[in-house]
Amino acid sequence: MTEKRLVDAAIIGGGIVGSSAALALRGMGLSVMVLERDLCGAHSSGVNYGGVRRQGRPLTQLPLSRRAHGIWGRLRELIGIDGEYLRSGHLKIARSEADLASLEAYRERSAGYGMDLRMIGAGVLRAQYPWLGARAIGGSYCPQDGHANPRLVSPAFARAAARAGADIREHCPADEMEHDGQCFTVSSGTALQVRSRFLLNCAGAWAGTVARRFGEAVPMVSAHPVMAVTEPLDMFMTLSLGVEGGGIYGRQAPRGNCIIGGSRGYAIDACRARPGHEAIAHVLQRSVELLPALRHAHIIRAWSGTEGYLPDREPVIGHSATTPGLVHGFGFAGAGFQIGPAVGEVLAELVRDGTSTTPIAAFAISRFADAAHLPPEGGP
Amino acid sequence: MSVQVPPVIVGAGPAGIRAAQALVGRGLRPVMVDEAPRWGGQIYRQPPAHFQRSKKALYGWESGRADAVHEAMSGVLDRVDYRPDTLVWNAEAGHLDLLHQGRTSTLAYSQLIVASGATDRILPFIGWTKPGVYTLGGAQVALKYQGCAIGSKVVFLGTGPLLYLIAYQYALAGANVAAVLDTATLADQVAAAPALLARPSVLAKGLYYLAWLRAHGVRLQGGVRALRVLGDARTEALVWADARGEHTLACDAVGFGYALRSETQLADLLGCRFRFDDLARAWLPERDVAGRSSVPGIYLAGDGVGIMGADAAEWAGERAALALLSDNGHALDAPGRTRAAALERRLAGAARFRGGLERAFPFPLRWADQAPDELVVCRCEEVTAGDLRRTVSSTGATELNRLKAFCRVGMGRCQGRMCAAAAAEILAHCSGQQPAQVGRLRGQAPVKPIPFMDCAPADSLPREESA
Repeated sequence: MTEKRLVDAAIIGGGIVGSSAALALRGMGLSVMVLERDLCGAHSSGVNYGGVRRQGRPLTQLPLSRRAHGIWGRLRELIGIDGEYLRSGHLKIARSEADLASLEAYRERSAGYGMDLRMIGAGVLRAQYPWLGARAIGGSYCPQDGHANPRLVSPAFARAAARAGADIREHCPADEMEHDGQCFTVSSGTALQVRSRFLLNCAGAWAGTVARRFGEAVPMVSAHPVMAVTEPLDMFMTLSLGVEGGGIYGRQAPRGNCIIGGSRGYAIDACRARPGHEAIAHVLQRSVELLPALRHAHIIRAWSGTEGYLPDREPVIGHSATTPGLVHGFGFAGAGFQIGPAVGEVLAELVRDGTSTTPIAAFAISRFADAAHLPPEGGP
Repeated sequence: MSVQVPPVIVGAGPAGIRAAQALVGRGLRPVMVDEAPRWGGQIYRQPPAHFQRSKKALYGWESGRADAVHEAMSGVLDRVDYRPDTLVWNAEAGHLDLLHQGRTSTLAYSQLIVASGATDRILPFIGWTKPGVYTLGGAQVALKYQGCAIGSKVVFLGTGPLLYLIAYQYALAGANVAAVLDTATLADQVAAAPALLARPSVLAKGLYYLAWLRAHGVRLQGGVRALRVLGDARTEALVWADARGEHTLACDAVGFGYALRSETQLADLLGCRFRFDDLARAWLPERDVAGRSSVPGIYLAGDGVGIMGADAAEWAGERAALALLSDNGHALDAPGRTRAAALERRLAGAARFRGGLERAFPFPLRWADQAPDELVVCRCEEVTAGDLRRTVSSTGATELNRLKAFCRVGMGRCQGRMCAAAAAEILAHCSGQQPAQVGRLRGQAPVKPIPFMDCAPADSLPREESA
């Protein structure tokens, strides 16, 4: 017997974007169902590095990121837990004069977005952060950026949405999707059929399938960032760290474990990924260079996840170009955790008002209109 | 053109050694990787080379089998690429990642026998993390490998055949065994007798240990429940209960354990399919009667794939090697086929016996129900039974990995090797599920902690995203 439901908005994917969209839609009084194939926040939203960082994002993302910064400030009020969120400061390290020049140029370009970036020279760096490796010659410091625990925060958004009245269905894949010109019909096997005026595509690395179903394929590929965690160590890293040009990043959780990331893992099937030994070795080597104190530590666990990347490394956020009522929010290229809650609010505005109060023109799916004829997406 | 790589055996216990012997017998030169400094596994662990005590003194009755297994390895040592002191910290399709003396390396394989052994199954009680409290296996290692006892007045607690074997070994070595406290009852053992007759000689040995302990005045008590260890800095007494009430027993050390738990992380990383085993109350890798896993080229033998004991491990190791040979183009000749059939018969008998043991020393089904909220279940991350229960009720978690994500249980140095069995019991109990339904912790590299490598800074870094 098929369960039939009618809601204002059906959301595919219970990650941080889908869950925060559900929470925002409930705040507007709309009825919502989230269809999550696995468990909410169990994929990229829950296994990412946990950076809550504005610094370093392309300018196009800074309005969204700024909005998200405000939401993170109200996290406990929103989701009921602190999620180990700390405004620890974020330091982007320079290892060359060219890096410094690039950081300085970014500081100037992004000056209007309230990040309060400060350039730090070698002397201050050594004095304030003596635990940094010798290759760091300076950096750019963002005092209010920080980090949080994604495996706590992302599922808590889903629970908050459920408490607010969203109908959250886990282990509930959206197998069939139709649009009759007025209304979407989404089916999960023969168990569930939900009809809705709006459909939100928040399916993360698997969102390309949904978009293609409605005739707007995007050239998205999956990739698998690798993270590793040490045993708990005495607190020494007061900051969340990145490196200009990328390659490695690190933070220390309140429990004392250092979480470091970089390199790429591989897929073992459509849903799961793991770090290979070369990726683990790479992360370990690079992090010792950045943080010599780790030389005598051990890593106790390494992992990866599955994340969607578009060629320009910008997400797709906005109305479908083919199907009225379809709204996309995916493709965050490994950097969706911080802006996710703001994207959720924007998607809810698009449903209610048709427009967003935060500029999102750069993320329109129409920029891939030429890709509509693409074959099914492959590996990275 | 592919280069032929030799078969690889992980583990130099009874299963690994008999596998190596069988492969060498067919002219192959296997690579054998073992975490321990000398071969023998946990059960037949050898003391350091300069050690003087005889095997008879260390193993008691088992010394004959220990000798045979040790000599089997000595006999093929020149035809095995033997790599002791080497941890396999990761396994992927086609290669293993090794750690030896602080350095990592990679070992290619095309056929692999995993004989990864077992550790104690731990059901914690209040005070189990205090100095002076050891697992049964830990107590046995202290005796075999270091020639010392865990205390001067020792209580052994828990259930399973190991409980009595170790008490016997301790008493035989001259230690003061204050009591052997078994959560199983005499009625359990009587009910199990028919199945235990599948291996009368082993049953006789067990009865001998019991009789010997009794004859030497060691207190044997069934139907008990462990309550707590007393003492601040170290163990001063054990408090336990039975139908008559609470009892306090002075002691300076406790060895405890509830049978054994298979070390299945490598099989998991290798992608072997698992199934829930009711007898073991655990998810175990699938294998056929010959030891073939669900992944072609991967063979599983010994206690690492289901607790059957040391003798069965020898048979399973040899049987898996014969399977590997026949899958590798070395068709078994008539004596080989006869041998394979005989090994399978013995293993079937061992499986019947194992069923009897589970009846004789049943899992204490009320453990999760009785575990107090303040009990530390995960010692690495200091997660209590109450934390687990509160997390289940506040998040609705019904699956073990989810519970781990929310409250850190199994997230520390041991990666759940010590606490996952107990955490699964509590999760199942407080979410109204069977243990099979709560799942199992996903295997993640590294299998055990590995050091950051001592590497020179690289000159160029790839340009990647930063999170």
